[in-house]
Amino acid sequence: MAQTAEVTTPADPAPGPGRDPKAGRADHSLLRTILKKTPPYALIAPALIFLAVILLWPIAQMVWNSLHGYTIRHLSPAGPDPEWNDFEHYIRLLSDPGFWSILRNTVLVCVLMVGITMVLGTLVGILLHKLPQWFSTVVAVGMMLAWATPAMSASLVFRWLFLPGRGLVNHVLESLPDWLVGSGWTDYNWFLEPLSLFSVLITVIVWQSFPFVAVSVLAGLKSIPNELYEAARMDGAGGWRSFWNITLPMLRPLFSLILVLQIIWDLRVFTQLYVLANSFQNKDVYLLSYYIYQQGFNASPPNYGMGSAIAVVMTVMILIVTAYYLRIMIRQGETR
Amino acid sequence: MSAVTAPTKGTPAHRRSRARGPLLSKRLRMAGLYLAGAAVFLFSVFPVYWMVATAFKPVSEIFSGTPSLLPGTPTLEHFDRVINGELIPGVSFWRFFANSLTVTLASVLMGAVLSLLAAIAVARFRFRLRTAFIMVLLVIQMVPMEAMIISIFINFRQLQDATGVQMLGNLTGILIVYTAVSLPITIMMLRGFVAAVPKELEEAAAIDGAGNWTIFWRILMPLVAPGLVAASIFAFITAWNEFIVALTFLGRSTDYYTLPLTLSYYFGRYGTEWGSIMAASTLLTIPVMIFFLFVQRRMVSGLTMGAVKG
Repeated sequence: MAQTAEVTTPADPAPGPGRDPKAGRADHSLLRTILKKTPPYALIAPALIFLAVILLWPIAQMVWNSLHGYTIRHLSPAGPDPEWNDFEHYIRLLSDPGFWSILRNTVLVCVLMVGITMVLGTLVGILLHKLPQWFSTVVAVGMMLAWATPAMSASLVFRWLFLPGRGLVNHVLESLPDWLVGSGWTDYNWFLEPLSLFSVLITVIVWQSFPFVAVSVLAGLKSIPNELYEAARMDGAGGWRSFWNITLPMLRPLFSLILVLQIIWDLRVFTQLYVLANSFQNKDVYLLSYYIYQQGFNASPPNYGMGSAIAVVMTVMILIVTAYYLRIMIRQGETR
Repeated sequence: MSAVTAPTKGTPAHRRSRARGPLLSKRLRMAGLYLAGAAVFLFSVFPVYWMVATAFKPVSEIFSGTPSLLPGTPTLEHFDRVINGELIPGVSFWRFFANSLTVTLASVLMGAVLSLLAAIAVARFRFRLRTAFIMVLLVIQMVPMEAMIISIFINFRQLQDATGVQMLGNLTGILIVYTAVSLPITIMMLRGFVAAVPKELEEAAAIDGAGNWTIFWRILMPLVAPGLVAASIFAFITAWNEFIVALTFLGRSTDYYTLPLTLSYYFGRYGTEWGSIMAASTLLTIPVMIFFLFVQRRMVSGLTMGAVKG
């Protein structure tokens, strides 16, 4: 309903390349006349300068730092300048099996987080769509609680839930019949081994992020016109077929967008791991962002060059995903 | 059940079961849906409930070998200890609360001004660098702070050494970074609101003799205000929850710790005081919960932008 209004708005022939009715129409706007003396550049300048200095420039510096020997020694005003080191950080990283294992774990954990979040979120979104309004609202409000909980609080709660000795999860597992889950759960420490620690980590992340997917899918489902399903039913299509042939294609842009956002959010997980691992001693449980922080601020001496090299690897991974994201945004006309 | 038959809620599944399934199977199906809904609700709410319940339990119950779902004898001792005691020796809870609030509110205000100006430019003008600007916003939004943190830290440290203005170890540095971090998404959110203001309104006001400022304050602002509120709350939540920047920038300056950092510090020091840890976590969570209820709808459309329409 809402989009018909937008589509039928007669757009003035816009001088620019874009035909976005929102922006094109504004050409003869009075606001423009008013602000003629302040060109648009003056309006974006504060935000742009701010972003460029605080966030954009550091991305370039990250690359520069990664190519130089740069430790805390070089940072002190009296210290030497960082020196070019012939890609030493990258060579060391690529020949270090430890790094490859961290990279592999990061990708695996990310894939699992994103996969489980997407499947669970989509199922819950469909569920919310099928439930009566009042119950759907109740469940949605409950989900908001999980979504809104700050990462720090959530991590601490899950650490407490899975705590060896007194945690609720171990208690429940212990009280279940032994033939089902085995015995000796009470003192089981989830936070020592990568497999168990990452399981808890994935649980926290999924818990916090599935509501976003579910609510987005619900909004998407509501936007599909009923007539499509009716027509499909006339043609004899069953529920499963109309799901594959109507629901999925209609929601595809939404799915790609959520997928990209989830991948990017889950690749960078830091706070939750910081609390769950609770130390930098066990290198087996590092993920990329954790490794960056460890190199930059926990190693002795802090090695900014190495930390930046790892950051470059992570940024490249993210930018590949971002390129896909940009394509979606351009296709949707968000950049016009 | 009448809600199910309302036209807006009609889904293929409903209609199908209504059309051909016998009543019993329809009921079973509905029961299954309710059950699944209840399970999702429990999964979402339980950890939050457990946090609050633990915060109200006396130490003896927390350490008991058989955890009970409800606090047997609810107590405020943990909240009392968090608020009136000292989470970090020598610094009171209110100091941390004030730090968090100061840095959050100041960054939200600065962000609101900067993003409103930029949003007006993007929504109302076509200029050569417009598309490039939007692309920059989208890319910056994606590059994680975890990757940039070392470079930003080095910059601020060098600036501090060069000028003598303290950037690290107090709130200045994190305030600046928090402002910048939220800008891309708040600009994109506000842009839609500015674009939705009909130019006819402005023209009519001008014909009636309204000046620039009058038009800005009386026409544009009231219409853009809901967007500004939503974007601001979004920025508020981001800044309130932020951890890694505070962790790197504040170091040992406990006087300036924000709440998440305080919690992490306290957990590292007194990792067995689960009652206090959960009480402090609850206090950290409450403001976010309140604001979240206001912007939930906008969060979805803000993040997925054009993908969901209608």
